[in-house]
Amino acid sequence: MNNLASKVSRQLQQIPKSGIRDFFELVQGRDDVISLGVGEPDFSTPWHIREAAIYCLESGNTAYTSNLGLLSLREEISGYVQRYFGPTYDPKSEVLVTVGVSEALDLAFRALLNPGDEVIYHEPCYVSYSPSIVMAYGVPVTIATRLEDNFTLLASDVAAAITDRTRIIVLNFPTNPTGAVEPVEELEKIAKLAVEHDLIVITDEIYSELIYDKEDPSKVPSHTSIVSFPGMRERTILLHGFSKAYAMTGFRLGYSCAPSILTDAMMKVHQYSMLCASIIAQKAGIEALRNGAPEVEKMRHEYALRRNLMLEGFARIGIPCFTPGGAFYLFPDITSFGLNSRDFAFGLLEKESVAVVPGTAFGASGEGCVRACYATSRAELEEALVRIERFVGTLR
Amino acid sequence: MIDPILDELQRNSRSTPEELAKLFHQDAAAIAAKIKGWEEDGTILGYHAVVDPERTGHNGVTAFIEVKLTPEREGGFDRIARRISKFSQVTACYLMSGGYDLVVVVEDIDLRAVAQFISEKLSSLEGVISTSTHFQLKVYKQSRFTIQGESHLGRLPVVP
Repeated sequence: MNNLASKVSRQLQQIPKSGIRDFFELVQGRDDVISLGVGEPDFSTPWHIREAAIYCLESGNTAYTSNLGLLSLREEISGYVQRYFGPTYDPKSEVLVTVGVSEALDLAFRALLNPGDEVIYHEPCYVSYSPSIVMAYGVPVTIATRLEDNFTLLASDVAAAITDRTRIIVLNFPTNPTGAVEPVEELEKIAKLAVEHDLIVITDEIYSELIYDKEDPSKVPSHTSIVSFPGMRERTILLHGFSKAYAMTGFRLGYSCAPSILTDAMMKVHQYSMLCASIIAQKAGIEALRNGAPEVEKMRHEYALRRNLMLEGFARIGIPCFTPGGAFYLFPDITSFGLNSRDFAFGLLEKESVAVVPGTAFGASGEGCVRACYATSRAELEEALVRIERFVGTLR
Repeated sequence: MIDPILDELQRNSRSTPEELAKLFHQDAAAIAAKIKGWEEDGTILGYHAVVDPERTGHNGVTAFIEVKLTPEREGGFDRIARRISKFSQVTACYLMSGGYDLVVVVEDIDLRAVAQFISEKLSSLEGVISTSTHFQLKVYKQSRFTIQGESHLGRLPVVP
């Protein structure tokens, strides 16, 4: 057997390697690095949730669950989604528990797309959107969001991107990597477009609890999802999970809420591939939804303080950065330093051992920016700011 | 709701007004004035380091003494509780619900000194009916800090 590369499917071959990969290798080879390159909380999962997982193991609950997930978890999810997002979903037929939002997203594309169908999404964005669409034989159609709009998505841009092949619009607010929060007026206009053109909307709500007031870290702003607009519940797949708000990334637990016909279709793929999410994670998820709110608020508040700390630091150093309304990322504009985002990130790592992710890892429209994650201790953030200041000092 | 700056100080009393200004995007001078106000009106009673008693090298004992009292016609337990609180050996004193009235804490003192305090001072006070002393054997968590807690999670340095 020679030329094994030719044995890899053509569909997969056309997907480029992750842009983050070579950078990751470089960072891993060093031990003095302060990493603002992560995409997950620095908190361990709150103890009461871990304890529920331990109890699950201890009591011998180690079997498969229903393909949809434990009914008691689906009931908790349904209740939570109703309280936080508005619409009501039947836990028996409209809620599907998945292995993280990433699986749910893959299920949705595989369940809905025919070859050549177009999927509109906004960039810069999470790295899996485009590959997941291509692996489901869809065609990615990106809309570049802009720094001057604080990386929000303009409904007029969506309207211009819609063709007769468009099937799905994917939204992710707050956005990874920019932290952008979509203005309610634009969301409403996008909802109208979806209804008018009879499109499905997939909304990735993974960061929706991590939202911040403009100034006051103690104030919890309200969150609006596109699913809450008229005519949207019947055409929306709401994806959410436990990773970010509950600091449960390693548990790999997410879910989708969608009308039963769509849930059934996603379930078909899920039952033959994943079968079900781990029962241990599911039991932990029940505990998270029942009793986790105070811990979520503690972490949210801490992120809010760190966001302020970093914004103040960038302002002092003279790195322009818009105030993101959510997630745990800043997306500062580094164009004034005469380097592209890749060279800036590599230079900062090389000279000062601070890792940030080049904006281009999240799509071409991320050029000119880097992603700095502030889910790291305040002491490390302070030290990172000192090093960044020293680095940009050499560029001026 | 507790003032967020006060809340922050309870977690880290060493935060300076300048540091707090960065976190809360408020004016450092205004924060300093606020803190001074709390110190003056008794909202902030003091500042201390939280230490792991096993690492101090001191061999004293810590005891929680349950005290039963006869309440007084006027003032209930207040007069006698305040009187007990004034002893310098006492580091905390709380009025409790349940099977006894006060819990009196003495920390890191000589065993003989605890015995002496209880027999000569506490038990002989008018109004004290009985005492029951519990010695602390080991500390697992102190003022929100878990002792020998978590092995810190090894996150990958770059994650999308």
